[in-house]
Amino acid sequence: MSRTLRLVWQDRRARVGLALVVLFALLAAFASVVASHDPTAQLDLVGKQYQPPSLAHPFGTDFYSRDLLSRVLHGARISLSIAVLSVAVSIVLGTAVGLAAGLAGGLVDQVLMRGVDGALAMPRLFLVLVVVALWEDIGVVGLVLILGLTSWFDTSRIVRAEVLSVKSRQFIAAARAVGLGLRGIVGRHLLPNIAGPIIVMATLGIGQMILLEAGLSYLGVGVRPPTPSWGQIIADGQQVLRTAPWVALFPGLAIVVTVLAFSLLGDGVRRALDPRSQ
Amino acid sequence: MNGQPLLAVDRLSKTFRSGGGLFGRARTIRAVHEVSFAIARGESLGLVGESGSGKTTLGRLILRLLTANSGTVHFDGTDVLTADRRTLRALRRRMQIVFQDSAGSLNPRMTIGSAVREPMTVHRLARRSELDTRVRTLFGEVGLDPILVDRYPHELSGGQRQRVGIARALSVEPKFVVLDEPVSALDVSVQAQVLNLLADLRERRSLTYLFIAHDLAVVRHLADRVAVMYFGKLVEIAPTPRLFAAPTHPYTTTLLAAIPVPDPRRARQRSMAGEPVGRSAGPDPAPAEPQPGSQPADACPFYPRCPHPAKDERCRREVPLLREIGVGRLVACHYADPSAPDRPPA
Repeated sequence: MSRTLRLVWQDRRARVGLALVVLFALLAAFASVVASHDPTAQLDLVGKQYQPPSLAHPFGTDFYSRDLLSRVLHGARISLSIAVLSVAVSIVLGTAVGLAAGLAGGLVDQVLMRGVDGALAMPRLFLVLVVVALWEDIGVVGLVLILGLTSWFDTSRIVRAEVLSVKSRQFIAAARAVGLGLRGIVGRHLLPNIAGPIIVMATLGIGQMILLEAGLSYLGVGVRPPTPSWGQIIADGQQVLRTAPWVALFPGLAIVVTVLAFSLLGDGVRRALDPRSQ
Repeated sequence: MNGQPLLAVDRLSKTFRSGGGLFGRARTIRAVHEVSFAIARGESLGLVGESGSGKTTLGRLILRLLTANSGTVHFDGTDVLTADRRTLRALRRRMQIVFQDSAGSLNPRMTIGSAVREPMTVHRLARRSELDTRVRTLFGEVGLDPILVDRYPHELSGGQRQRVGIARALSVEPKFVVLDEPVSALDVSVQAQVLNLLADLRERRSLTYLFIAHDLAVVRHLADRVAVMYFGKLVEIAPTPRLFAAPTHPYTTTLLAAIPVPDPRRARQRSMAGEPVGRSAGPDPAPAEPQPGSQPADACPFYPRCPHPAKDERCRREVPLLREIGVGRLVACHYADPSAPDRPPA
């Protein structure tokens, strides 16, 4: 493990990604210290509505005269924690189901994969909307669960396919010949060899989750205003894209940089885990 | 030791199903069909046959890496095929395997040191502090430089990787090792080194081998007896010198004729004696697949390719069974002649 970390650190792109992820996490964690204003405070509805970026308000202000930098910083809290946690839920579930289907084969595989096919055939946003519509106010935990529980389907398919290809490799038979049990084979031989695609799925998932949360907030079923999330702020700014583009621009940039940072980091971890790539 | 063989295989069979699915009929292929033999303690039995003859499947069945359809395997009196999980684990310590494809049989994400260490941790054979020393000792024993412990399989040569496979198999101190074409994937020059290593180890650790190969020449120096397999069945078993001197099954004869002769003068002698020389003059290539229906089920499986002058209607009506034709000699051919004159070793 320490070897992997060292290799990640030696990889310049991964280092940039890691630095950005850590920076964003710190900013989100200490948003209340870093931010100059209360993200929900309406500063001056008459005089400070839709202020373009200035020294006093680096990201400008919105319709309610709220400081956008403060809102983006506080929004990072919601958006990042929702994204990271729901990806964790989705990757764990997807990997577990994919492993079960790939290893068990036969009827178990058939049932699980037909179920996944059915779920994949439904538009994800629609699925989430149906679930969200059943609850009044689901909160962040509810949102994490719903996003996580509705997004593991493709991961499970990919994991299953990887399991099928790796489990027929000879070193798995060799591990059995040595007397290793199922747990040892999965933990020491199978998972390390399918970690690459899982990490790629996770990094891509972070970006997708941020965007999905943004979409839900835009539709008014995600995080409730006035609590800021990046998607929420973009939704606010969307109506004034021509007159006050900075409202949507900065949270949008934050999403882009976050997704990029996770991709750089994820790619670095994947390379570090693969001894053949050095 | 007592007279009981270390390994006894009785009427072992394995069929694979292929095709089938939603459309079309599934075909069953008899990979191993009613194979019986025994290996004595300290003995080395060579198992030869062409690709697809079922020899690798047989090796896997014995170690229960594949599930047999019927038959039994006894190792040192223990029934391998019905052993429960604990017994099987204990058996895995005493029976090991070296694979043909050294690259594919090592986990690409694991250093070779860990690969050799793993079996010992699985069976708790050493304390954590002793493990490194034991790994180094094993490396030395198979002729690997201990500074390589932190290397990954792809950083090694084929010969080095195969030595890792051997060290891994030996780490649990087994009594019996299945060598599944251990040198087939190696350069000829490296082949000899690995074969010598295997011979040394056998002596030093008093090992029992099942040595699988598709090449009779490779088996010759390492096997006390040779079993010849054709289409899932044993067709001949004989002590190695006897088999080379006087093969009785026509398939064995053609296999022997396929061994290239390195000396051109000897080769010329062989061709002047009317014998086929080299691979080009060997037996007809095997049909890609056995054609079901093209041959009656009770015909000798070798009938279509058999060069024996005496082959006749009986070979098409009656499957020849493995019968004893001399001391320690078994053959499955109606017309095998036990009194065939010994010919000069090829």
